[in-house]
Amino acid sequence: MTELRLYILQRVTAFLMIPLILAHVFVIFYATSNGLKAGDILARTQGSVGWALFYGLFVLLAAIHGAIGVRTVLREWADLSRTTASIASGALAALLFALGMRAVIAVVMPGGAL
Amino acid sequence: MSVDRDARDSQLEVRVWRGGDEGRYQPFEVPRRDNQTVLDVVTWIQRHIDPTVSYRFACRVGMCGSCAMTVNGRPRWTCRTHVSKVAGDGKLEIAPLANMPVIKDLTVDMTPFFEKWQQADGVFTGSATRHDDVARIKPDMPARQAADAGIECINCGVCFAACDTVRWNSDYLGPAALNRAWTLANDTRDTANSERLAAISRDGGCHACHSHQSCEQHCPQALNPTAAIAGLKRLSMKAFIRGEIG
Repeated sequence: MTELRLYILQRVTAFLMIPLILAHVFVIFYATSNGLKAGDILARTQGSVGWALFYGLFVLLAAIHGAIGVRTVLREWADLSRTTASIASGALAALLFALGMRAVIAVVMPGGAL
Repeated sequence: MSVDRDARDSQLEVRVWRGGDEGRYQPFEVPRRDNQTVLDVVTWIQRHIDPTVSYRFACRVGMCGSCAMTVNGRPRWTCRTHVSKVAGDGKLEIAPLANMPVIKDLTVDMTPFFEKWQQADGVFTGSATRHDDVARIKPDMPARQAADAGIECINCGVCFAACDTVRWNSDYLGPAALNRAWTLANDTRDTANSERLAAISRDGGCHACHSHQSCEQHCPQALNPTAAIAGLKRLSMKAFIRGEIG
């Protein structure tokens, strides 16, 4: 992928994450100010297609956005070549996505899978 | 106050870089004068103490862009930098510009700096011939005003030396070359804009800029290359959407 495309992809993912971040922060404030416990939250998220899509998309966007940034850091500060930095940041994106999706599945699957 | 104290107070403690990329600072004592520039100090050292000190200057009035050096850690045009402004404590440390290979002492090899102007397609490409009328450019046109805002660059290399991204990424074109590309992108007579946008969108192009704004902070001409680069990012994004560049 060209540098220009990576640049645009990072900006687009940032733009798309803005409403997700605002909703995520709002939910945190709502849950804590209303004294919701883990069980109350899981009761709302488990089996919810909406929350699965919301956090699934969030994880995907964050993995892409963060990995592109880390790729630049690796090139500039670790002096890695373009190819090496791309492989390393690609692996990071996959790891972030896997870890994030594991958490999403844990809170949305009925009965708390994994 | 004793006479000795007066004499000591009127001396500048100057440390000048000697050697190439590897070297050391050499201390000099230089008489302090009213309205003395950093370039005056270096010239005094060369004429009165050590004629082998190498440095570069030409116009001495802030037009030619030859005399930039690192003064007390910051890149500056030395002919227009008053000692009183930068050395209140009477101490000066003068080094060659950063981010370029040192030839000797205070003289750097500016080849990489100027090569990047070429790589950024920083050359005007027109379609008119000598038989055509002079193009009529309205000064209040937004594009002309954008070009005018960046046109007074004197190629001194201060922004290039101040830029973190240049230091970290040897492929990065740097603020001056990209500022030049931006002024040409806003020149309605220029006919090579697609090629230029492709040139500044490659690896090391405008998208590598982190907007630290050191270029704007240090530019002796008070230009804002960061804003120019932001403009190029917008233009390249539009060109990408139109399918002109990939």
